[in-house]
Amino acid sequence: MSEVTEPRKPTRKKVELDPKLALYKGVWVFVEHERGQVHPVSWELMGEGRKLADKLGVELAGIVMGAPGEDVQKFCHQAMHYGADLCYLIKDEVLKDYRNEPFTKGLTDLVNAWQPEILLIGATTLGRDLAGSVATTLKTGLTADCTELAIDMDNRSLAATRPTFGGSLLCTIVTLNYRPQMATVRPRVMAMPPRDESRTGKIVEHPLGMIETAIITKVLEYIPDNVQGKPQLAFADIIVSGGRGMKKQENFQRIWDLAKVLGAEVGATRPVVQAGWVEADRQVGQSGKTVRPKLYIAAGISGAIQHRVGMEDSDVIIAINSDPNAPIFDFATYGIVGNAMVIVPALTDAFRQHLSTSRMAG
Amino acid sequence: MHIVVCIKQVPDSAQIRVHPVTNTIMRQGVPAIVNPYDLYSLEEALRLKDRYGGRITVLSMGPPQAETALRKAISFGADEAILVTDRAFAGSDTLATSYALASAIRQIQKDIPVDLVFAGKQTIDGDTAQVGPGIAKRLDMRLLTYISKIRELEIDHGTITVERRAEGGVQVLKTKLPCLVTVLEGTNEMRFATMNNMFRAARHPLKVWNKESAGIEDLTKIGLKGSPTIVSKVFAPSPKAVKAEIIDTESNQPKDLAVTLLAKLFTKKPDLAQDIAKNAP
Ligand SMILES: Cc1cc2nc3c(=O)[nH]c(=O)nc-3n(C[C@H](O)[C@H](O)[C@H](O)COP(=O)(O)OP(=O)(O)OC[C@H]3O[C@@H](n4cnc5c(N)ncnc54)[C@H](O)[C@@H]3O)c2cc1C
Ligand SMILES: Cc1cc2nc3c(=O)[nH]c(=O)nc-3n(C[C@H](O)[C@H](O)[C@H](O)COP(=O)(O)OP(=O)(O)OC[C@H]3O[C@@H](n4cnc5c(N)ncnc54)[C@H](O)[C@@H]3O)c2cc1C
Repeated sequence: MSEVTEPRKPTRKKVELDPKLALYKGVWVFVEHERGQVHPVSWELMGEGRKLADKLGVELAGIVMGAPGEDVQKFCHQAMHYGADLCYLIKDEVLKDYRNEPFTKGLTDLVNAWQPEILLIGATTLGRDLAGSVATTLKTGLTADCTELAIDMDNRSLAATRPTFGGSLLCTIVTLNYRPQMATVRPRVMAMPPRDESRTGKIVEHPLGMIETAIITKVLEYIPDNVQGKPQLAFADIIVSGGRGMKKQENFQRIWDLAKVLGAEVGATRPVVQAGWVEADRQVGQSGKTVRPKLYIAAGISGAIQHRVGMEDSDVIIAINSDPNAPIFDFATYGIVGNAMVIVPALTDAFRQHLSTSRMAG
Repeated sequence: MHIVVCIKQVPDSAQIRVHPVTNTIMRQGVPAIVNPYDLYSLEEALRLKDRYGGRITVLSMGPPQAETALRKAISFGADEAILVTDRAFAGSDTLATSYALASAIRQIQKDIPVDLVFAGKQTIDGDTAQVGPGIAKRLDMRLLTYISKIRELEIDHGTITVERRAEGGVQVLKTKLPCLVTVLEGTNEMRFATMNNMFRAARHPLKVWNKESAGIEDLTKIGLKGSPTIVSKVFAPSPKAVKAEIIDTESNQPKDLAVTLLAKLFTKKPDLAQDIAKNAP
């Protein structure tokens, strides 16, 4: 119950597992798609699932559920390009839009029929709705919103790590005497695996066995988000972020200028959003977006843990801060100690210069 | 109409600090609050009550101190409060928690049938978002998660129409009662407690249920025994071994620093130069 702040009884290293559990074999990744597009977290998980399956010496399967009119076959092949050995497919008219009832039945039936030892699902709104329902129906454990997965070879169990208390602590959770071991995984944390078009595998179709009249919930309408003009931080390759060190909204223009030259998205810390300098969609961190760009430029940002958890997996981090002891220098790739008001414009000029020379050359 | 709202008392995580040496959570003096996400659910339930009449029962499982959270809910306008508390529940994970709360809701239903159960989107401590779906499955109720708006409740037909946040848009869903709803943050703003309700909250006789009164039938399904997940390790994130390479030049003029940085950057990451060129307008 609320005694959650202390770890529960730690596990002993060697635990005798119920031999029945050995009947469960294989790693599964649920392939989430919406409006003809697979959610990138599914491929990130496929990459991670591949590693787990190899460690265990078992097969990796993709799970695709959808309506005949959707590109479900294509999604199966893509799953194999990203690392799956095979796919289980449930194709039925009633799976056209996500609804809890038919998806829970489909996935639960698949698990009961084929008995995987590990089932991974993206920690999206769809994934968390589905995973919680499926785990309860199967009466198994579910670790939420993980950021790291590993196999404990002592007993072949999944060790799933998740941040708690705003990222200031991590905890590792295992599901010992229950199968499958389920986990939802946060998007943009695992790296996108390479895509190999030559990979193929079989597709195993499974019936849903549920008709529309048996489903109580109806989808009346779907109103797609108007993404035009909305910041798309989660998928940006380059992000320029500013923090409270920029001091005023007018000064934040320097961040916008640099972003413009680079064709980058603008990000910010929570105090900047709270002060209303930029819209809430631009907040990076624990209560904002998790990003994983190739380049993250942080100006006037201290590097608090709640910000760090949202951006530390960026390929390259450049930090500009007037305080040589700012925590951001502990994990950035490059640092400039100085006044962001003048360093950021200098960087803007240098990048502009670089781009125009490389354009002339190429 | 009878609505049950599940609320959890949680430590105010904004004030949580981690002990620098032992890496344990320092919770002395950290105030306990009603899980902030649960307030959106409670307010939504109160609005339904304002519109359609009926009563609201708030339900919490936790240590005896969780009484404070329930009284808070009464001060906002809930009618009845039940605290499920028993040492046997200690260490419950989400599977065991949903079992206990679903049992308690079945007991509540014996008195007055329940049309709607509200739960928070997630908590700020366990943060799993799994208890709501778990309760719905155990009670065989329809599940509506991440609801941003309740469009309509047709009591005579026993139906509800809602807007649900999906990844790329909003789904408009219609389903039958009874159902379990989790409410998205920002959907509403909690009202102020009235003087009357504050007095009522202070005097209200809470119902306190142990495992028997909560109708727990199978003791192996609660507490540590009923929890498939086990926390095996709690630790602080390891500091990155490599610190930033600090750019230094003789002059330390902004321009020199910037040019030196770019030279280093593109030598070490030649691909990045191409990516930037591709990306730039
Ligand atoms: C529950 C919770 C959730 C949170 N979620 C988030 C989140 O999602 N995202 C987030 O960002 N924060 C979040 N926070 C807040 C977080 O704890 C920090 O307060 C925040 O990240 C600090 O923002 P900052 O770096 O802009 O400001 P500060 O910490 O104030 O840092 C400003 C920095 O600017 C430097 N500086 C000052 N002047 C200059 C100058 N002229 N040139 C260069 N540098 C200068 C200073 O040395 C300092 O390091 C959360 C907090 C809590 C409790
Ligand atoms: C660090 C840490 C990590 C954990 N990770 C996991 C994990 O990965 N998997 C797992 O199964 N368990 C996990 N637990 C245990 C979990 O926190 C407890 O099971 C807890 O009782 C409920 O989960 P939650 O706080 O995540 O609730 P959520 O599922 O996030 O809560 C959703 C809603 O359910 C209702 N609710 C939840 N608990 C109660 C309650 N006690 N009384 C009334 N209403 C309630 C509230 O309306 C709440 O808003 C973890 C605990 C800790 C401390």
